[in-house]
Amino acid sequence: MDAILIQILNGLDKGSAYALIALGLTLIFGTLGVVNFAHGALFMIGAFCAVTLQKILTISVTTIDPERTDFLGNPLKVQTPYVENWFGPEIGAAIVDWAVPLAILLAIPVMILVGFAMERGLIKHFYKRPHADQILVTFGLAIVLQEIIKYFYGANPIPTPAPSTFRGSLDIGVWLGFDPFTIIYPYWRLVYFFFAGTIIAAVFAFLQFTTFGMVVRAGMADRETVGLLGIDIDRRFTLMFGLAAAVAGLAGVMYTPILSPNYHMGMDFLVLSFVVVVVGGMGSLPGAVLAGFLLGILQSFASMNEVKSLLPGIDQIIIYLVAIVILLTRPRGLMGRRGVMED
Amino acid sequence: MLGLERKDTYLMLAVAFITLFAPIILNPFPAGSALAQFNAGYPDLMQRFVIFGIFAIGFNILFGLTGYLSFGHAAFLGIGSYSAVWMFKLLSMNVIPAILLSIVMAGLFALVIGFVSLRRSGIYFSILTLAFAQMSYNLAYSVLTPVTNGETGLQISLNDPRILDGPSNGGLPVTSLFGAEMRDSTTLFVGPWSWDFSVGYYVCAALMLLAFYLSVRIFRSPFGMMLRAVKSNQQRMNYTGLNTRPYTLAAFVISGMYAGLAGGLLAAMDPLAGADRMQWTASGEVVLMTILGGAGTLIGPVLGAGFIKYFENIFSKINDGILHQWFAFMPDGLENVMVTLIHPFIGKGWHLTLGIMFMLVVIFLPGGLVEGAQRTGRLFRRRDRNAGHVESDAARQRAAAE
Repeated sequence: MDAILIQILNGLDKGSAYALIALGLTLIFGTLGVVNFAHGALFMIGAFCAVTLQKILTISVTTIDPERTDFLGNPLKVQTPYVENWFGPEIGAAIVDWAVPLAILLAIPVMILVGFAMERGLIKHFYKRPHADQILVTFGLAIVLQEIIKYFYGANPIPTPAPSTFRGSLDIGVWLGFDPFTIIYPYWRLVYFFFAGTIIAAVFAFLQFTTFGMVVRAGMADRETVGLLGIDIDRRFTLMFGLAAAVAGLAGVMYTPILSPNYHMGMDFLVLSFVVVVVGGMGSLPGAVLAGFLLGILQSFASMNEVKSLLPGIDQIIIYLVAIVILLTRPRGLMGRRGVMED
Repeated sequence: MLGLERKDTYLMLAVAFITLFAPIILNPFPAGSALAQFNAGYPDLMQRFVIFGIFAIGFNILFGLTGYLSFGHAAFLGIGSYSAVWMFKLLSMNVIPAILLSIVMAGLFALVIGFVSLRRSGIYFSILTLAFAQMSYNLAYSVLTPVTNGETGLQISLNDPRILDGPSNGGLPVTSLFGAEMRDSTTLFVGPWSWDFSVGYYVCAALMLLAFYLSVRIFRSPFGMMLRAVKSNQQRMNYTGLNTRPYTLAAFVISGMYAGLAGGLLAAMDPLAGADRMQWTASGEVVLMTILGGAGTLIGPVLGAGFIKYFENIFSKINDGILHQWFAFMPDGLENVMVTLIHPFIGKGWHLTLGIMFMLVVIFLPGGLVEGAQRTGRLFRRRDRNAGHVESDAARQRAAAE
C-alpha cells in the first residue's frame, strides 16, 4: 500500500509539469489552431528567468574586511550581495534565498511579452498555412531560442536551489497512519504540485467565470460566428497565447529546484508534452491535465523495481507505449472533442 | 535513357557528373591558401554529403510525395548502422553483406512501424512515428545493451568471430569491398591543388546515384502518381473506392530502406554505431534537410543534405581568430565590433545559424532552395523581357525622332 502511494506521489511532480505544459499547448491549439513546437522552449525560458533573477540578486560588491584575514594573512575580501547592503543582512539573505519563488514575479511579464512577440511576429502569419509548416517553423524557432540561451548561459546545468525552508523532506506517511519513514517526500515537490494545481484551477476559472473567458471559449467552439458578432477574437486569442506562454514559463520557474535548468530541457519536455496532449485529446483542456498526471504517475509506477524485473526496460518506454495504444484505440484521445483533428 | 524522360536524363547526368567529380569540384581553392578552409573535398565530409543525401532522398519519397511527416526516421538509420556493425562482427568485413542486411532490417522495422503508424494521419502519424523512434532510442540505451552495447556504442573488436574472414592478424580489420579498403584514397596533386579520391566516397557515391535513379523512377511512375494523389486529397481517393494504405505503406517501407542503407553506409565508412543516431533530433535533422532543399522535388533533398552538412562543418570550424583575419582591413574598433557581432553564429553556435536559416526558408520559401533557384531564374527571365521592351521602346522613339 505504502509502496503504491509513494509511486503516486513521485508521479505527481513530473505529472504536474507535463500537465502545465500540455495545458498551454492545448490552449494555443484550441484557440489559434497552431501546433506550437516551441512550447518546450517557453518552459525553458521560464526556468532561465529563475536563473537570471538568482544571478541578479547575487550580484555582489567586493569589500576588504581589514579585521579578518585569509590563511595567507592577507586582508579578507568579502563578497556581499547588493541586496544585503540595501535591505540589511537578514532581509537580504532571505531575498536571495527565495529567488526561485520571487522569479515568478519576473517571469509573468517576461513570458507574456515573449508570447505576444512570438504570436504577433511569427505565428500570426502561419494561421492559414498547413500544420506541417507550423510545426516546422516553431521547431526552427525552438532551435533558435535554445541556442540563444546556450550562448548566454552555457551548456551546463545551473543549480538553482529552493528556499531553505522547503529544502528538506516531509514524512507524509505519519499523517496517513503509516509507520514513520515509510513515505518520505521532498517539500518542494509538494509545493510544486500545489502550485500546479493552483495554476490549473486559475486557468479553468478564468475561462469559465469571466466574460473574457466566455468569449474565448465561444471562439474556440466557432470562431467565425464570434467574429460575425463583432468581437475582435484575434486580439483575445493573442492574449491567450501570452497566457499560455506564462503558464509554461511558470511551470519552468518552479521546476528549477527539481531539475537544474539546462538549455535542452525544453526539447526534452516538449516531446513528452506532445505525447500528453495527443493522449488527452487535441483541443481538450481537461484531457491535457488528466493525461499529464496519468502519464506522470504511470511513468513512476513503471520505474518500480518490481515492475522493472517483470518487464525490463518498461520504465523507458511506458509513455510512448501508452500513447500508441491510446492513439490506435481512441482516435480522439482520452477526452478529445468530436471533429477536432480526427483523421 | 534508362527509361527516363529527356529532362530527367539531363538531371541524372548532371548529378552523376557532380558526384563523380566532387573531389575536384568541392576543392576549388588551392591547399594552403587562406580560402582552403572553405574546401569541402575531403573524404570524410564528402561521404557524409552523399550518405545524408541518400537518407534525405528516402525521406522525400515519404514526405514529399505522400505528405506524411515522419518524426522518427532516424530509428531506421540507427537500425541500419547496428545491423551493419553486427555483420562486420559476425560475418565479414566486406561491406556488401553488411549493407544488404541493414537495408533488409530497416525495411522489416519500417514494415511493422509503418503498419501501425499509418492507421492515422496528420499530426497523429507524426506523434506515432516519434513515439516508436523514441522507444527504440530508449531501449537501445538501456535494455538492449547486449545487442547495442548501450552508451559506449557498438564497435568491432579483435575477438569477433568473422566467419568468412578468418582470424585477423595484428590490428583491427578495416571495412573493404573485395579487398579495396574503404579508407584508401589516392591524392592527386595538380599545381597548388590537391584532390583526394577515396574508395569509400566512390562506393557511397555509386549507391547514391543508384538511389537517386530509383527515386526518379518512383517519382515518374504510376505508383508515384498515386502517392501524390494521397497527398493532395486522401479522402477523395478513399471515396472512389481505392485503398490507399498499401501505397502509403510501400512508400514508408521504401523510405525506411533508404534510411537503412544510409545507416549501413555510415557504419561501413566508420564501423561504429551509437544510439544517438536514433534520437529524435536526428530525425529532425533529416526533416530540416528535406524542407531546406525543397520537399517533393527530385534534387532538393540532396541539395539540402549537402547544404546542411557543408555549413555544419565550415561554420563550426570558423573561430574568432579567423574572423579577425577577415576583418583585419577595418579599423581596430570596427573590427572588434564585427567579430563580436558574428561570434554567436559561428563555431559552437552554428546551430543558431541553422535554426535562423531554416526559419527563413520555411517562412519565405516554402518550396526550399529549389524554389529559391526557380524564383531567381524567373526573375532574370522577366528582367530580360523587360529589358527587351525598354530597348524596343527606345528604338521606336529613335525611329519616331528620325
